[in-house]
Amino acid sequence: MSTGEFDVTAVFRDEWPRLVAHLVRDVGDVGLAEDAAQEAFVEAARRWSPGNTPDVPAAWLLTTARRKAIDQLRRSKRLSERLADLAAEAHLTGQGDIGDGRGSSPGIDGNGGRDDLVDDQLALLLGCCHPALSFEAQVALTLRIVAGLSSAQIARAFFVTESTMTRRLTRSKTKIRAANIAFHRSNLETLHERLPVVCAIVYSIFTEGHASAAAPTLLRGDLCDEAIWLGSLLRQLVPHDAEVAGLLALMTLTDARRATRVDHDGQPIRLRDQDRSAWDRAQIDHGLQTLGAAYAMRDAGQYQFQAAIAAIHATARTFAETDWSAIIGLYDVQLRRQPSPILALNRAIALAERDGAAAGLEALDDIRERIPFSGELDNYPYFHTSSAEMLATLGRYSESVAPFERALAVCTNDAERAHLALRIDQVRCSDVDVARRRPDHA
Amino acid sequence: MKFMLILASDPSLEPDPTSPDFEAYMGEWFAYSQALTAAGIEFSGEALQGDDTATTVQVRDGERLVTDGPFIEAKEVIGGFYVIDVPDLDAALDWAAKIPNVCFGTVEVRPVMSFD
Repeated sequence: MSTGEFDVTAVFRDEWPRLVAHLVRDVGDVGLAEDAAQEAFVEAARRWSPGNTPDVPAAWLLTTARRKAIDQLRRSKRLSERLADLAAEAHLTGQGDIGDGRGSSPGIDGNGGRDDLVDDQLALLLGCCHPALSFEAQVALTLRIVAGLSSAQIARAFFVTESTMTRRLTRSKTKIRAANIAFHRSNLETLHERLPVVCAIVYSIFTEGHASAAAPTLLRGDLCDEAIWLGSLLRQLVPHDAEVAGLLALMTLTDARRATRVDHDGQPIRLRDQDRSAWDRAQIDHGLQTLGAAYAMRDAGQYQFQAAIAAIHATARTFAETDWSAIIGLYDVQLRRQPSPILALNRAIALAERDGAAAGLEALDDIRERIPFSGELDNYPYFHTSSAEMLATLGRYSESVAPFERALAVCTNDAERAHLALRIDQVRCSDVDVARRRPDHA
Repeated sequence: MKFMLILASDPSLEPDPTSPDFEAYMGEWFAYSQALTAAGIEFSGEALQGDDTATTVQVRDGERLVTDGPFIEAKEVIGGFYVIDVPDLDAALDWAAKIPNVCFGTVEVRPVMSFD
């Protein structure tokens, strides 16, 4: 945007999903709605200036976008019977000049009201996360259509070329249109069964930003920000769902540590070594509040459980003061509800902190020998890293080399790989030191 | 809009025509057609003979190539299809999920191309 043009980005964040949701209901086509919304914002950037903005920007944007949609329908000759209705409505709501929003406020506020708009936005999210779309398409569509990122921004975030991302989005929109994937409120009948997919997509955007398997650096705050924004939107739209609240609490509490998770070189800093004074207190408070709201709904789920663990870490003054017994207790409850190898691994790590590395190693051996899912853990780098670190803590350096090397072999994050390579060098040196110090070896 | 529901399953998992389960299984298919009719849905459909009766045809450089067997040899074979007229994909998926052999087979849901 060149200087002299009015900054519409402040309006963009809030108004984008509402505008697209409203347009989808009007024109019944998500691609058309998205294009029209984009053109309306371009027009706003061109025409608004300080002191010359509409009183109700939402109404101005809607009027402008509807006109763009009608133009596009005319151009593409996909004239439906809706066109007459749309044209009549656009005429009634004025000519789309700056003054439009003044006085009577047609459009978003005057047309359907708040609850309708909530439902429309929710229907938009459910449509983007429709199970008939691939996971990659669900993620890309959610970021494009709900969060309003450009395909170039999404491409950058996922380290693919812009043309690849544009193709992915075009292909998904073609399927949406051809198979008539519903983006309207009939979706909401299945809200309960489809909400877990929406939560999973939002959380996968967060974890992609938080610890990326594909990225050379460990943290990509932009994606974390988008995910938290989506989580907040979802929480506004579905205020009485415990997992939606739990998800937002989890992301907020985890993200509060963002500034301390990597050093200046992009190397990961372990939880025990993080500078707790640099954790974002306001974010932690917000996360705790949201977790409290989730807990009050008396409907436990996996996000709420993970958020509870994040809360224990976030509220411990020092690493040594962490309430490990409470954490182990939470893992025990969750393991009974939904056994998983990752949970068992994390419980063993907590046990090592409370009762010492020997107890942790014993728990890891248990997992390896007795739990049927141990095979899955063989390709999970953190299992081997944990085992190696516990051995190193006990001074069993030479034994720790093999699990460190296995972790390195299966780890795909460059920053973590560099850290593992460093640890292998360190334990090898320590092993030599120990050997030198042994009197019988001299 | 119209969707084709293409039914594929492993024939060895179907009840044997001589077994007592077979009649009940056929009953489920009749009930399915009746449910479509009761819901006021326009539909058509056919069941096909086994893929050991399939013949494929290609014409290359004007020459007709006729081969014994289906498109692709696979464990799951196409056993029939429905074409249903419903409002959107979700409705089509709901009807696909009610097809009697979907609990051991697979139903592919494809929008039918419209040339208006």
